[in-house]
Amino acid sequence: MIIAVASGKGGTGKTTVTASLALVWDGPVLAVDLDVEEPNLHLFLRPEIAGNVKAHMPVPVVQEEKCTYCGLCSEFCQFKAISVVGQVVLTFPEMCHGCGGCMAICPEKALSPGQRELGEISWGQAGRVGFLSGRLRVGEAMSPPLMRQVKARLNQGLAAAGGDVLIDAPPGVSCPAVNAVMDSDVIVLVTEPTPFGVYDFQLAWEAFTPLGKSMGAVINRAGVGTDAIYRFCRDQGLPILAEIPYDRAIAEAYAQGRIVAEVSPGLRETFVSLMGKIRALAAPSCSREAAHA
Amino acid sequence: MHKIAVTSEGPSLDDRVDPRFGRAAGFVVVDLDTMETQYIDNGRSQMMAQGAGIQAAELVARAGVRCLLTGFVGPKAFQALNAAGIQVGQNLEGLTVRQAIERYQSGGVDMARSANRPGR
Repeated sequence: MIIAVASGKGGTGKTTVTASLALVWDGPVLAVDLDVEEPNLHLFLRPEIAGNVKAHMPVPVVQEEKCTYCGLCSEFCQFKAISVVGQVVLTFPEMCHGCGGCMAICPEKALSPGQRELGEISWGQAGRVGFLSGRLRVGEAMSPPLMRQVKARLNQGLAAAGGDVLIDAPPGVSCPAVNAVMDSDVIVLVTEPTPFGVYDFQLAWEAFTPLGKSMGAVINRAGVGTDAIYRFCRDQGLPILAEIPYDRAIAEAYAQGRIVAEVSPGLRETFVSLMGKIRALAAPSCSREAAHA
Repeated sequence: MHKIAVTSEGPSLDDRVDPRFGRAAGFVVVDLDTMETQYIDNGRSQMMAQGAGIQAAELVARAGVRCLLTGFVGPKAFQALNAAGIQVGQNLEGLTVRQAIERYQSGGVDMARSANRPGR
């Protein structure tokens, strides 16, 4: 089972929930930080890093002596990462989405794959919790290509060792967020009962609903704000899986890099109960998958 | 034959210079020997998420112009115009296409050495 912990608004507690779930999980589990623009799960899980690799994407390199300036590549590329002006071919590697179309279409075979560094993928172990994380290169504008490579490694790990996967997703509802949740079985949306939290939660719900995944909400900082989030969840039939109280002790633990499920037996119980509810939420969708197979 | 292109909000010499290059409405191409004009529509650029300036440079290069008059040019478009051997006169927003050409012909437009807009 793959569980994606997502949110609309940033700073609602995705990493808090992911790290706590990893800590209390009752079976083999891999915790994956897919918030590659600002990964922070390692700050709480403190894994021993066993290895890392640089991730690259193929971008076109021109062999000018073979080029006839026909312009097919330039016409094909909707991102204008390659352009033929007069008797010059220009490439803009930072704008390339890595589809490889220009290289495939070139009749002279004048384009060969070069590399743009996307970032780094690292993995390791935090106690009995497996750990995997991507970190985008500073200056790199696109996170989904790196995220796809992290996910490929995730799938290898899953195929080899089995178990469950907890994904710490990036905030927002654009390509990176959708990329992080699209391969999951269950989406856990973490929010807070503030007006911003409710507004962005609705956006996330709208963005992820068409994916047809089982979804549930975790309400962090319960006790502040209004009851709008509760009304929204009730109206949409979205189950509230857990509430984490607005509590100074939690903020202090977080600031010290501690996992919230360690703060008190009560909080630990909150996350154990959350785990059970996530499993229950996943059950119908997993059996649906079985029916397909 | 000496042709220049001017970013324009419309097809005639009396339309205003479009301050944008990549996402200009279009380009008025003028043959300075005969003062004949031709209009290149750039509407396609509105649908592009990125690379509009590079595509616009391809368009004006294909028209065979030696010089471009406009408001602002970003770094990638400037690089593409440079590669095509097209000189760039910037900061001409607020004029009509005709006024921009007259200023160019009287020697009142300096050719830019670099882009005058930061890239995204």
